[in-house]
Amino acid sequence: MLLKAEKISKEFIREMKNTNRFLAVQETDFVLESGSLTVLMGRSGSGKSTFLNMLAGLMMPSSGKILLNDTDMYALSDKELSRFRNQHIGVIPQGQTALHSLNVLENVCLPYTLYGEDAHQQDALQLMEKLDILPLQSAMPSELSGGELRRMAIARAFLRKPDIILADEPTSDLDDENTRIVFSFLKQSAQDGSAVLVVTHENDAVQYADSIFRMNAGLLQKTSE
Amino acid sequence: MKLSKSLPFRNLAGKPVRTVILVLLTVLLSLTVFGGTLMITSLKTGLHSLESRLGADIMVVPYEATTKSNLENIVLQGATGYFYMDNDKYHKILEREGIGEVSAQFFLASTSAGCCSSAVQIIGFDPETDFTITPWIKKSYGKELQKYDVVVGNNLNIFVGDTMTFYGTECHVAAKLDKTGTSFDTTVFTNQETIKALIQSSLDLNMNTFQNIDPEQVVSCVMINVAEGYTVEDVVNDINIHVKKVKAIQTKQMISGISDSLAGVSDIIGILIAVVWVLGVVILLLAFTMSVNERKKEFAVLRVVGASRKRLAGIVMQEALLTCLLGSIIGIGIGMLVIFPFNQLIEEQLNLPFLLPEAGKIIGYMISAVLASVIAGSISAMASAFRISRIDTALILRGDN
Repeated sequence: MLLKAEKISKEFIREMKNTNRFLAVQETDFVLESGSLTVLMGRSGSGKSTFLNMLAGLMMPSSGKILLNDTDMYALSDKELSRFRNQHIGVIPQGQTALHSLNVLENVCLPYTLYGEDAHQQDALQLMEKLDILPLQSAMPSELSGGELRRMAIARAFLRKPDIILADEPTSDLDDENTRIVFSFLKQSAQDGSAVLVVTHENDAVQYADSIFRMNAGLLQKTSE
Repeated sequence: MKLSKSLPFRNLAGKPVRTVILVLLTVLLSLTVFGGTLMITSLKTGLHSLESRLGADIMVVPYEATTKSNLENIVLQGATGYFYMDNDKYHKILEREGIGEVSAQFFLASTSAGCCSSAVQIIGFDPETDFTITPWIKKSYGKELQKYDVVVGNNLNIFVGDTMTFYGTECHVAAKLDKTGTSFDTTVFTNQETIKALIQSSLDLNMNTFQNIDPEQVVSCVMINVAEGYTVEDVVNDINIHVKKVKAIQTKQMISGISDSLAGVSDIIGILIAVVWVLGVVILLLAFTMSVNERKKEFAVLRVVGASRKRLAGIVMQEALLTCLLGSIIGIGIGMLVIFPFNQLIEEQLNLPFLLPEAGKIIGYMISAVLASVIAGSISAMASAFRISRIDTALILRGDN
């Protein structure tokens, strides 16, 4: 599976001194290949999350297109794109992202149950065990710490064994030990064939990366292979 | 149930306080629509029932009886009372032009009927000529009333086969009438032979305010239907001009006071329904907007895992429909619990004829009340559903950073 961005950019309307157009991501090409873990670093507000959201099919680029195995994601209808994201892209968003009326196991199984499919609970439980949240399977999100919620979101993103993993600051709430576990997990997933992109501030991420990019004022630059 | 289908239920159950408030709002909405509509219809049915029970175009009474409130209270409001005029007035009326059907009636009030906490009105009629009471008594009692047989109104706490004693005279209850929602529900009916005997008993016991009357030579009122080719007004004027010491009254005019009161009450209830409905829509609109705003992040999460915009709107609409359906059913239940067992009390408090419509109509009102609540909820939730379907997932996910 190959995720390819061709000349994508993102511009917002924002009141500024000389102009009301803010270029969050400058025109860029990008390729995310199966079996590799790509790390994207940069300062806050540099456009990393915007870039990731465009790749996830959650934010339409102002120009260019994003192809997943030759499928132009933004040419799909909303219903098709939503189903496509559900089946092929695992997104780990920033912050706490739980449905509070469901317990932890139900939250993890959501990618399947949302479409009325079998919940794949065994797979979910295995993932939760690897992420050290298995004892919390029946707990409600309100009972969990920030780090536990974050690991729940990671398990949810991995459950369908998606072709693409897009993680936005996946270790921001985690201690060193759990950060190591999560990066190892992401690395293993890449080695198992997924294409993984991690947006992070963690310098430790570099040691897991197959390639490293830096975003600076909306400009994407490759820093190492 | 699969989670894909049960998510709206789980969302509602997960926020019990919010859900209870929303349900209570729709309870109020459906209770007002159902209860109000049922009240208006029952009042109209009661008035219609009263019109058909009076069953005559004109009522002729002794002039003294027309200290109007007294007469109206006796005929329409269920107060007890009686008055008499000489029989020759009846014969003079028969001679007038434009008289179609005509029949005399006889009134008496009991002191205590043994069945009831207060006195009851007794109305006697002539089975040979009667055209107002006999037709609807026949629905409950097909036979001819014998001497000392009585037929009782539906609200009297006495049953077929029981005995009622009036002025020391025992009467046999031959039938109990269907409910009319009018003062006739507390009235006792009998034939002229029996009532004349009862009047005589009251005179013998010195308990009748009229001392110097011969029951065989008096009537209380004369009911008239005008003949074809004549107007009611013409016949009323003719009787009032040519028959002395009587007053001919159009029954429609007698009812007009009640009709006006009913129109007033109906208008108030109608306005109340409209105000509550509009307020309900506005409050539900605010409640759904707040509820959706509070959960924007959760909807964003659903987008991330693959829910379409249409699906998000569907979840909001389903939650609204579930809430409104539950609230409207509870509201209708409360409405039934209040109106059905207490309809007699409502009738007494309003002092207006009150008769519940037939079951089919009530079911129709129930369905209408559910629809009114569901439509109100849907209109209110639509704006929130539309907003959530336009959600900027990326922006919301970044909201707490």
